[in-house]
Amino acid sequence: MEIALARATVEMPKRGNVSRQPLVQIRGLGRVFESAAGPVTAIHDVDLDLRQGEFLAIVGPSGCGKTTLLRIVAGLETPTSGEVDTAGLPSDRPANAMVFQGRSVFPWLTVEQNAAYGLSIHRSAKRDKAKIIDRLLETVGLSGFRKAYPHQLSEGMRQRVAIARALAVDPELLLMDEPFGSLDEQTRFILQDEVLRIWHETGKTVVVVTHSIDEALTLADRVVVMTAHPGTIKDVVPVTLARPRDQATMRSDPEFARLFGRIWESLRTEVLDSRAAGAGR
Amino acid sequence: MSLRGRRALELALTIASPILLLLLWEAISRSGRIDRLFWPPPSSLWDTAKSMFTDDDLLGETWITVERILFGFAMGAIPGVIIGLLMGISWPVRAFLMPIATAIYAIPKIALLPLVLIAFGTGEMARWVIVALSIFFVVALSTMGGVLSLDDIFTDVARNFGGGRWTLFRTVALPGATPAIFTGLRLALGFALIVVVGTEFVRPNGGIGSLIWESYSILSIKKMYVGLVVTGVLGWVLVLVLDLIERLLVPWRQAR
Repeated sequence: MEIALARATVEMPKRGNVSRQPLVQIRGLGRVFESAAGPVTAIHDVDLDLRQGEFLAIVGPSGCGKTTLLRIVAGLETPTSGEVDTAGLPSDRPANAMVFQGRSVFPWLTVEQNAAYGLSIHRSAKRDKAKIIDRLLETVGLSGFRKAYPHQLSEGMRQRVAIARALAVDPELLLMDEPFGSLDEQTRFILQDEVLRIWHETGKTVVVVTHSIDEALTLADRVVVMTAHPGTIKDVVPVTLARPRDQATMRSDPEFARLFGRIWESLRTEVLDSRAAGAGR
Repeated sequence: MSLRGRRALELALTIASPILLLLLWEAISRSGRIDRLFWPPPSSLWDTAKSMFTDDDLLGETWITVERILFGFAMGAIPGVIIGLLMGISWPVRAFLMPIATAIYAIPKIALLPLVLIAFGTGEMARWVIVALSIFFVVALSTMGGVLSLDDIFTDVARNFGGGRWTLFRTVALPGATPAIFTGLRLALGFALIVVVGTEFVRPNGGIGSLIWESYSILSIKKMYVGLVVTGVLGWVLVLVLDLIERLLVPWRQAR
């Protein structure tokens, strides 16, 4: 736990020059999809700041547009209204990298080729590339599986590959869309710990979309609660739990129970509404 | 039954069926219940085959057929893969070519042989072109299907890393579609063999099909049978070679 202790004493993120300016400013963001049944508002009037070095979690009922929000920030979708100001992000390297929900690791590439995928697109120097991939595969515990193909790995290992692939391009902003949704609980706990450790080590800004309140509280500094139909921000809950967080002791903290209660209270009505509205879907 | 026992039985049954068929044929032919001129006992074909290697240049004739298949195959498969990838990636290209592709796909291409002969003369080129036509569409359509069945998530990954259209083509569409491409190529190889042998029937000028047809014409039935066996073995070997190439190019394909 040396790494975690180091974090506890050092307040500032490693990359000097901390500005008060948020890394990303989201203002009045909206996205309307055209469908056969008419326009569907996925998200509506979302305001949100991403602060440098923070770990932010977004929770909400299914279909609340949290993935849409993340994809707009990633630049994979364009908003129909409002804007995402990314002036705080660097322009000399990829600003963000996303860990996708589900099976996003290329089945036709080996573990190391997958991890190097983003780098190969950006044509970085070969010598650097090998070094970066070495270190990253070490970090995510896959050094022994460099030449393996994804179908030879477990679901949890594949998700580690996806995380390594995203980190390889050294993005300022790491976006994760339900990264552990398909994993069993024990594997999920282990990967959550690893993501926290990597976050401590790199000082990256991380946004994770999840349906799990438990996961949001385990990981985040702030939890954004979204409403459904249309998706708007209902509440932003600061998570005051001490770091480093331990899976076992954290859950016996009365604060954990209090925060869990507050977020669930906020979500419960939304989930019920969402189910009523989405009954026909 | 244990797994090993099952495997052994499976192998035995697989070998048993052709042997049983041959034995049955041998027995009936020898019994004289069928005309031995048209249904010679399989055991009598061996000597015929041996003499054909020296007298009729059996290997040379086979090679002529193989060459025709390979040239025609390359002429049809390479454009087929390229057009198929384009149709998979780009919806305008797909919308534009799909009606033509599906319409022509349904025509038995050997029916176009007279047209091809008019357009390309009566030389080897016409044979290659008719093979290429026969396989182009099946290769293009299965390649397109391979691209279309790829999960959008892979496209998102490429785009998230700033990849443009060329990156998508090179790193997602092409490698992702290779299993489907090989499915198309395997079908195409069968078509190519049928069409080449067909053209050799219609316009005999060397090749194993000509050998079969000419043997039949002069009632040299045993030679005809040897030609049929060689054709069967040829088809089998070509598919084996393709499978080998696939195993080398698509090491990530899960064991089936």
